[in-house]
Amino acid sequence: MLYFSNLKIFSVLAVIIITLLFAVPNFFGKDQLETFPNFFPKQQVNLGLDLQGGSHLLLEVDTEEIIKERVENLNADVRRVLKKNNLNYSNFKVSNESLKFIVEGFNSEIQKEISELSMSNSQNILAMGDQTNLIITQEENTVQINFTEEFIKQSVSNAVAQSLEIVRRRIDELGTREPSIQRQGSSRIIIQLPGIDDPDRIKSLLGQTAKLTFQLVDTSVNFDPFNPSKAPIGSEILASDADEEFKYIVKKRIMVGGENLIDAQPGFDPQTNEPIVSFRFDRIGATKFGRVTQQNVGKPFAIVLDNKVISAPVIREAILGGSGQISGGFDSEEANDLAILLRAGALPAPLIILEERSVGPDLGADSIEAGQFAAIIGFIAVIIFMIFVYRYFGLLADIALIINLFMVLGVLSLFQATLTLPGIAGIILTIGMAVDANVLIFERVKEEIRNGSNMINAVENGYKRALSTILDANITTLIAAIILFFMASGPVRGFSITLAIGIFTSVFTAFTFTRLLISLNAKRLKPNFVGLSKNA
Amino acid sequence: MLNISGTQINFLKVRVITFILSAILIFLSIGAFFVNGLNFGIDFKGGTLIEIETSQEIEISGLRDNLNTLELGDVQVQEFGSSKNLLIRVEQQLGGDQVQQDVVQIVKDSLGSYLSTDINFRRTEVVGPKVSGELIQSGAIAIFVAVFAMLVYIWFRFEWQFSLGAVLALVHDVILTIGVFCITQLEFNLPIIAAILTIVGYSMNDTVVVYDRVRENLRKYRSKEITDLLNLSINDTLSRTIVTSVTTLLALLSLFIFGGEVIKGFTFAMIWGVIVGTYSSIFVAAPLLRYLDVKREWNTTSAVDSTR
Repeated sequence: MLYFSNLKIFSVLAVIIITLLFAVPNFFGKDQLETFPNFFPKQQVNLGLDLQGGSHLLLEVDTEEIIKERVENLNADVRRVLKKNNLNYSNFKVSNESLKFIVEGFNSEIQKEISELSMSNSQNILAMGDQTNLIITQEENTVQINFTEEFIKQSVSNAVAQSLEIVRRRIDELGTREPSIQRQGSSRIIIQLPGIDDPDRIKSLLGQTAKLTFQLVDTSVNFDPFNPSKAPIGSEILASDADEEFKYIVKKRIMVGGENLIDAQPGFDPQTNEPIVSFRFDRIGATKFGRVTQQNVGKPFAIVLDNKVISAPVIREAILGGSGQISGGFDSEEANDLAILLRAGALPAPLIILEERSVGPDLGADSIEAGQFAAIIGFIAVIIFMIFVYRYFGLLADIALIINLFMVLGVLSLFQATLTLPGIAGIILTIGMAVDANVLIFERVKEEIRNGSNMINAVENGYKRALSTILDANITTLIAAIILFFMASGPVRGFSITLAIGIFTSVFTAFTFTRLLISLNAKRLKPNFVGLSKNA
Repeated sequence: MLNISGTQINFLKVRVITFILSAILIFLSIGAFFVNGLNFGIDFKGGTLIEIETSQEIEISGLRDNLNTLELGDVQVQEFGSSKNLLIRVEQQLGGDQVQQDVVQIVKDSLGSYLSTDINFRRTEVVGPKVSGELIQSGAIAIFVAVFAMLVYIWFRFEWQFSLGAVLALVHDVILTIGVFCITQLEFNLPIIAAILTIVGYSMNDTVVVYDRVRENLRKYRSKEITDLLNLSINDTLSRTIVTSVTTLLALLSLFIFGGEVIKGFTFAMIWGVIVGTYSSIFVAAPLLRYLDVKREWNTTSAVDSTR
């Protein structure tokens, strides 16, 4: 085990030097790195949000809301078909996922008509090759209509994909530094925002679905805005955005919707100097908007955002150019955010914030400093202890330990793994545990000497016999680290990464580097080099 | 010069005492689990945690009284490392995930009007009921999976007797670690689960080294009495067990003292786990083999023993 061919020596040193090179950039500033030659690695360790400061948000798309909306659409479709065929229905029940009603004369013709209408209204959701999205069952006069499970799944999946895109657009508009936005599982979105420790503005931007509609105010009834009576059929009572207590009665029919917007920009009204948002419709939106304003001059037109009336200006003249402006007593930040929301588009369903973890930059910096200090002290303590116990061999193990530490750093930089606070703890733990492989070997060597072997044979056999123990012992820790990696997310995951890297580098250095050092001095080794008394 | 080599301590002689000690500790741990329970942090209980740093010292009880008038339920305020660093915990609000988000703003507003000093918000964590439920579940699953994986690995590498002995020692360590958190009422959060998993790995690592030697000695001394053989194996590996435990503890102690307040609980769990894991490898895992009827006829031509 002590013989190294030149090729072996070369490859061991090459692996170590290359890994160490990758650790080097971490000890220089970004500006200094610029001056390094091109072949030199420049990647630094990726710091987790808990070390560099930043905000982590876990959101969930409210999938119930999506299904509810689908069922509502289906409800409207079914009633329309029944009405068209002059069928009288009763006991119409809308539950979470199905419709149920009693009707006479329901036949396969009507069934087909409902299916076709529902299919044509959900074209954008259906997967290729879907024959139907409905399951219609009939028992005598009782009819029940459900969506197929596949369709529900597809709807949710589409909505989540769409939400992801809109979340990305909204956050990009704010110009945050390198945000990471990822889908997690079936209906969740993880957002990582480095450098942001107070995500209030982002949370409020994401907390709105931003569904914009233009609806006519119902002027057929006189009512007290602070105590409205029941709305007439076809109209609804909506609160004012500025004052919850102030109500409007608005016609339910949506004249134009936010989906027809192509641009929205914040600005100032030239006359009043009040912050406004000006918007522009696409061709279809412009035509619709033109027609409505033309037909309703002199009437108030409500601009509704997420079921709240922003304002309800009176139409002074037909607006045919397809652009307009919203003023609703906002300040300039509110106008800016509203413009962002309108440009990014409406979310298909509300987002619920499940988890928020934000760390300020101070705490992160303090953590790094404390971690570094603890690492240095722990390191010195281990080094002294090893020399105390194993003398010359201890010194070799210490050299290996130093190399080992830099290799962990190098591997972290090379793979751009994220270093977190628990990750630093993992490195410090590695300092303590990395010497284990060498300890196992040295103890074996001592034993061999006591059993009468000469020094060279003792070292030979020490390595040979310790090998399987070292592998078994390290594989158990590695199993724990792997399980932790898959179970955890965020900072704790960083711990499992450094722990696992530490296991590999420590076994590697023990079996190559320390062994190489020992073999180079093989002829001069004496029992007291490993901590035994001279005459053992 | 430190020399622990060549000891001949009769570890198995005290096995009755150590088994009783372990049994008492396990009993205490389980008792504390049902009487005190774990003091779950917001990772597992849900709720809001805010760490602030102020420019002047704050009178905690006054701040606590003030925050408790906000009708947010139980609000805890405690010093965190220094008298200018405070940790504020607000219990989970009724009404699902969305309501939890309002708490931060309410507390921030209240702090702003109550305290006249500058406030630096160092950390804000809000965990809703859905996530906390999932985290506790996945944490428990992870520990079970880890223990089970060890069982399988040791079974694969050794014999079922060893596997059973090792896993009993492992369960012993996990119970005592959870127990110490029940008794001290230190906060039990996500990093503690990570610590327990690492303890599982570490304790197993220690046990494997002793067991490896037991297996080797079983091949070497075919007629040696099992108690003597186990004693010999523990003594053979004792020096290594102690050296590795000391180096690991040195590193962990440094982290505990200098590593900052945020990971103190984690480091405490690790230190405790290393001590318990070392103890259990010597006084639980190895002596247990005496009762598990280990196989004596090992194939002497296996790789490990090929030189002799």
